[in-house]
Amino acid sequence: MGDIYDMFFNMDSGYLEGLVRGFKNGILNKEDYRHLTQCDTLEDLKLHLQGTGYGHFLANEPSPLTVSVIDEKLREKLVVEFEYLRNHAYKDLATFLDFIKYSYMIDNIILLITGTLHQRQLSELLPKCHPLGIFDQMETVTIANTTADLYNAILVDSPLAPFFKECISEEDLNEMNIEIIRNTLYKAYLEAFYDWCQRTGGPTADVMCEILAFEADRRSIIITINSFGTELSKEDRAKLYPRRGKLFPDGLIELSKADEYESVKRVSELYAEYRPLFDGTGNNPGDKTLEDKFFEHEVTLNVNSFMQQFQYGVFYSYVKLKEQECRNIIWIAECIAQRHRAKIDSYIPIM
Amino acid sequence: MYKIIYVVFYSIFLFVVASLGLYLLFTNQGFRFDVGNVLTNISPYAFATTGIGLAMAFSVVGAAWGIFTTGSSIMGAGVITPRIYSKNLVSIIFCEAVAIYGIIISIVMSNYLKYFDPNLLSDSMMAQNIFAGYALFGAGLTTGLSNLACGICVGIVGSGAAIADAANPNLFVKVTLLNNCINFPWLNATLGQHSKQVQATQVFYVIL
Repeated sequence: MGDIYDMFFNMDSGYLEGLVRGFKNGILNKEDYRHLTQCDTLEDLKLHLQGTGYGHFLANEPSPLTVSVIDEKLREKLVVEFEYLRNHAYKDLATFLDFIKYSYMIDNIILLITGTLHQRQLSELLPKCHPLGIFDQMETVTIANTTADLYNAILVDSPLAPFFKECISEEDLNEMNIEIIRNTLYKAYLEAFYDWCQRTGGPTADVMCEILAFEADRRSIIITINSFGTELSKEDRAKLYPRRGKLFPDGLIELSKADEYESVKRVSELYAEYRPLFDGTGNNPGDKTLEDKFFEHEVTLNVNSFMQQFQYGVFYSYVKLKEQECRNIIWIAECIAQRHRAKIDSYIPIM
Repeated sequence: MYKIIYVVFYSIFLFVVASLGLYLLFTNQGFRFDVGNVLTNISPYAFATTGIGLAMAFSVVGAAWGIFTTGSSIMGAGVITPRIYSKNLVSIIFCEAVAIYGIIISIVMSNYLKYFDPNLLSDSMMAQNIFAGYALFGAGLTTGLSNLACGICVGIVGSGAAIADAANPNLFVKVTLLNNCINFPWLNATLGQHSKQVQATQVFYVIL
């Protein structure tokens, strides 16, 4: 009976799966990237992008083009496609796509709170929010002073309410707190997402739990490395690690005791999947950084999820791959705009 | 919550059955529990026609299942690559064929039904007619269930073929060849099974 997913998946989500796979076939490949890296100006870039699946998306922009305009328009295409998928989705797929949205909502909330702390106006901040993460109560987030306020007054009715359990406190919001809130929210979100995928079972669980476990481990490692030299205590740091990756429970205990990059590297190398990510990284010019290696591994996992049919992971993977593509194009555009072409080939190839 | 309702109903049912059985046992009326009597008194026509009906019904369900599985994938993949529509109709025709086979088998089986008068038959002849009824039931059930499975499988493979075709046109022929390979063993199973059972009935039906 383990194969019933094949028989019933297409009832609710067959059309949308076919659609997403069609979208994925339009992701830029090596040829396209080669053309893009050979462009001299942003106008050239726009011309080359017209030949790909993006079409005339920059047609109505006034010249001269800037990189931020390109960024916005690239993201808009992903948002339109995602909203179409979400509007046509039903039951399980709708829940899944909502889970994808929650991570953007968390980013938006943190952006708004940080902006308010720095005395920025709401009207300045709203255009910077990610369009996929907009929800009704978002704008009122700026009036809260403590996390308890934030929860009781505003977020209790929003979709993020279940992720707030661990972060409510009576302290005032300040710089340090906000990062902790972001990481605690994200941890609760990741654990909820992982548990939901596990409960759905079948190929969705196979594919998504792999991807989310890597995401959890990646966050634990990055949090550890970024916390060296800050005032974050080891106990506080250990509370931020999502407990769903391959590093849980032993690796996380070791990570929470780590004091420097070498000990993090030692812990991660105990796990077969993460050892090659730490080899050959460094801060010398010509080496890849650890973040780059993480991105590459994430891209590999996401491309592999398209090898399985009848599961929801393809939707998540498509969003992540499209985001990576946006980052690649913006990287190339920045290199072109600033005429600093030395590292123009440091994008992450996808297909 | 629903689990509790199921448990309650199931336990009531078990209790009733068990108490009836024990009652018969303890009042020395065990002979009343007679499976053979029930089976021989149900008319062979009932078994035979049920088999014929199941042959067609399950086949059509299997075909429909396959068609929606493959059709939704074709529609989704065809939004970005409209060229796949015409070629992938072949996958849908494969599923349709399953339903046609079911109808043909049930028409052929229904031609074997002939009239007999139970009063004019000796006991051994009646036994053979009853067996014929069971044989047609078995043949119809087998045909129907194998068509059901075949329809589902052809649908799943057809959906994979549509998606592969959208990504790379060379893949379609290879995947459709796989579809053909599903059909042939199934066809052997269905028709072979059926014809064996039908030969059994042909020997035993008596016209009066």
